[in-house]
Formats: sequence, C-alpha cells, structure tokens
Amino acid sequence: MARFEYYGKKGFPKVDLEELQGKLIVIEGTDGVGRSTHIGLLKQWLENNGHAVLDTGMTRSMLAGEGLKAAKVGHTLGWLTMSLFYATDFADRLENEMIPALRAGFIVLTDRYIFSPMARALLRGADPEWIKGVFEFALKPDMVIHLRVGVQELITRVVQTSGFNYWESGMDLHLGEDMYDSFVEYQTRMLREFDKMAGEYNFQTIETSPNIEEVFEQIRNRVEPILQSRLPRARTDSQPATIITH
Amino acid sequence: MTHAMKMYGKHRFPGKLFIVEGIDGSGKSTQIALLQKWLESEGYVTFFSEWNSSPLVREVTRRGKKKRMLTPMTFSLIHATDFADRTEHHIIPPLKSGALVLADRYIYTAFARDVARGVDSQWVRAMYQFAVKPTIGFYFKISLDEAMKRILGGRDAIKFYEAGMDLKLTDDIEESFRIFQGRIIEEYEKMVAEFGLVVIDASLSIEEQQEQMRHIVTGALAGTKKTRIRKWLDLSIMVKKVSPR
Repeated sequence: MARFEYYGKKGFPKVDLEELQGKLIVIEGTDGVGRSTHIGLLKQWLENNGHAVLDTGMTRSMLAGEGLKAAKVGHTLGWLTMSLFYATDFADRLENEMIPALRAGFIVLTDRYIFSPMARALLRGADPEWIKGVFEFALKPDMVIHLRVGVQELITRVVQTSGFNYWESGMDLHLGEDMYDSFVEYQTRMLREFDKMAGEYNFQTIETSPNIEEVFEQIRNRVEPILQSRLPRARTDSQPATIITH
Repeated sequence: MTHAMKMYGKHRFPGKLFIVEGIDGSGKSTQIALLQKWLESEGYVTFFSEWNSSPLVREVTRRGKKKRMLTPMTFSLIHATDFADRTEHHIIPPLKSGALVLADRYIYTAFARDVARGVDSQWVRAMYQFAVKPTIGFYFKISLDEAMKRILGGRDAIKFYEAGMDLKLTDDIEESFRIFQGRIIEEYEKMVAEFGLVVIDASLSIEEQQEQMRHIVTGALAGTKKTRIRKWLDLSIMVKKVSPR
C-alpha cells in the first residue's frame, strides 16, 4: 500500500506513489500570520531531531515563480489566468521538489499548498467543483496546519509589519473604498473559505496569538504524533535494539 | 462583483467563434487565414487569436521549453494558463462585441497533446471547462505520411516538444515525431464525435477546402451583423494609391 495518494484518481504520469516515503506537512494561513517564522522553527526542531527537511513555498517554482511575480506587478491578469498560473507553479514544485524529497525520505514543509490558491479563486467567482478538479493532482498531505487569526488581530499585526498589499487586500475585487476597507472585507471572506475547507481537508487549526513560543508549542504537539507513525523498518545498524520500558 | 463562472457550451454572445485544429502540416493555418480575408471582404468584423499568444505567460512557456523544464503536467498547466489569458482578453471581449473570432488551434490541441503525453483525459477536459464552445470547430484530417512530407520539406527543423522528445520514446527526433504525432491523430479522431468537429479532408486542393469552409461558415452566419467601416477604409486607400499617377 502506498503511503501517499492523490486527491483525485490520477496525478503525475510516471510518478510511482509506492516510492514515496517521507512526510508532507503543510502550513496554511493568511499573510502576516507568522507562517514563515513557524516553518523556520519547525525546520530547526525537526533537524535537531535527526530528520532531513525540505522547505518550499508558493511562487517559488523554477518554472513559473518569476513569471507569476512579474505578472502580478501589472495587475492585468484575470482571476482565471491567475488561478491556473498558481496551479502551474504548484505542479512544478510538487513534481520537481516535493516528490523527489519525499522519495528520498525527507520531511517536506510547505508554506501554503493548494488551499490558498483555491480560496483566492473561489472568492473571485470560480466554480467550486472546477477549482477542486484543477488541483486534484495534489498529494494528500500527512498534515495540514492552518494558522488562524481573527481579522482585527491580523490588522494590528499587518499595520506594524509589512503594511497592506494590493493582492492581500483583494483590491482587484473592488470590495471597499480604500485599501483598509478592502483588506477587512477580503480577509473576512478568506477566513470564511478556510473555515469551510477545514472539515473537508482535515485541517489542524491553531488559533495564533502574538506569543510565538506558545503557538509553536501547539504546532509541535500536533506534528509529534505523525513523526512516530513511520512504517516499521528493519534496523540497518549492528547495535542491538534498545527496549524502552515505561 | 464576481459572477458565476460560465462553462463550456453555456456562454451566450452575439459574436461567433470559428476554430481550426489539426496536426502540423495539415494546412489549417493557411485555411483560417484565407477564411479571415474573405470574411473581412464580406464586411464582417473579425478578430484573430493564436495558440501561445498571451504576453504574460509566453515568457514562462518559452523559457520552460528552451530549458526543457516542462513535464507532461506542467506543459499542460502552462498552456491552460495561456489559454485562460487568451479567453479573458482575446476571445470573450470580441465575442461580446459581436465580432467573428477566428482561432488557430483551440482546446482540442491541448486535449490531443496532453493525453498523448499521458495526462488524464478527464482531468484536462475538466480544467478547460471555462472555454467558450466554438460555433464551428474544423478538423483538418491528413495522413501522418503526408504531413511529414510537408513539414520536412520546408520550414525549420522539428522542435523538441512537438516531437514529444520529452517522453524519451526514442533518440531519433524524426521517429519520435512520427510516434508522438501518430498518438495525437488518434486523439483527434476520438474527438471528432465527442465534440462534433467538422472534418475537412486536408489532402484536397487549397481551393476546394476553402470552398467547403466558406459554405459551412455561411450557414452559421445568419443574423450576424456586418459593418461597412472597413470597406470604406479600403476604398479610400485605393483612391490614394491611384491618384498620384
């Protein structure tokens, strides 16, 4: 039995799922919620514990990453095109980065997965069945952690750090008079989409607070059990197995 | 605000969409160019749309091809992205305005190529559900041997992805092209009934094929508005050319 399966019936031609062994952990959540901070912490902790880790993130693909960034600058991409561009970027990363790492037994930490691009498309009028179908080639991760934050709290954090950005404020949707109004409305809708997906895709939702240690503690507690669920493997070293008694 | 997403066969526009499909060397581009000339001369407003024409996506596709980074899935997705941009910018707006849109290659090219590369046929069809259904889709049917003769006779060498070299079927590019294009023909043959494509025998003379196309298109043009603007422009150009003599 292969450890991994696709959301749909078929995925990448020529990829043999039987060969994939590692773990795939997704961190999802809106901008400013602290995804990259926690991925950094998680990576460090996992490596300290002897796991090989690959971290990757949206719009970082060799193929489409740069093109996507360039396309966003002009604001001329329609949502349909943007959705498929994200899907291309994602497919490139999944096939050429994540799958090879899983084959080699790595723990793959990905900053966002199919859920952010799906939510963005849905907010812009995509047919739910259609967008789900497009991303059907995605592997079902071992765990999806949704770092959640209320909109008011998010505003406080965003104002203090990066400020409002065009896309994260959904400015293309003309939701409000200015960037602030638009941001509030857009992020409220995004949160609603994520909450809707939480059940269907089995999200581990963590309410984030400004206390990084506290949040990371919760993430670690969720991740720990799946690390131990490795398939039993024959020991390759010559030392006798130590029996731990409680 | 956002509108419900319109799917294949559900769009309603005053304009009409005519598309041509077929393997390289089938002569489809020649035929659609002749059709456009004729429609213009008849006083219709036409708009021409090509495969791989989105400026935003083209650079990524070009680089991916040049560096041979594309796999069957990313090849499929990047072309769908390009096609989405083309639909949003170059197909729907002119159709809304009542123009006749002519497309050299359409979604059936993607279905044929991607499935020939091993991509799931249902998945790729579902992805392209946003496409506008053509008023008429012409399929230029030609034997592989005839197409090979035409391609190898002229133009530049066969390209890597067109030959399906990414599939590593064989090291010989001509042989790979033959196998890959053969698979594509098989896919086209299946789609004739599935999508109601109109088959044109591409071994006929150019004039005969054009005659058939015009006949079929005429039948679909009832009630489509013409504009005389272009005719007046043409006349004024002629006058200028003649007078200095």
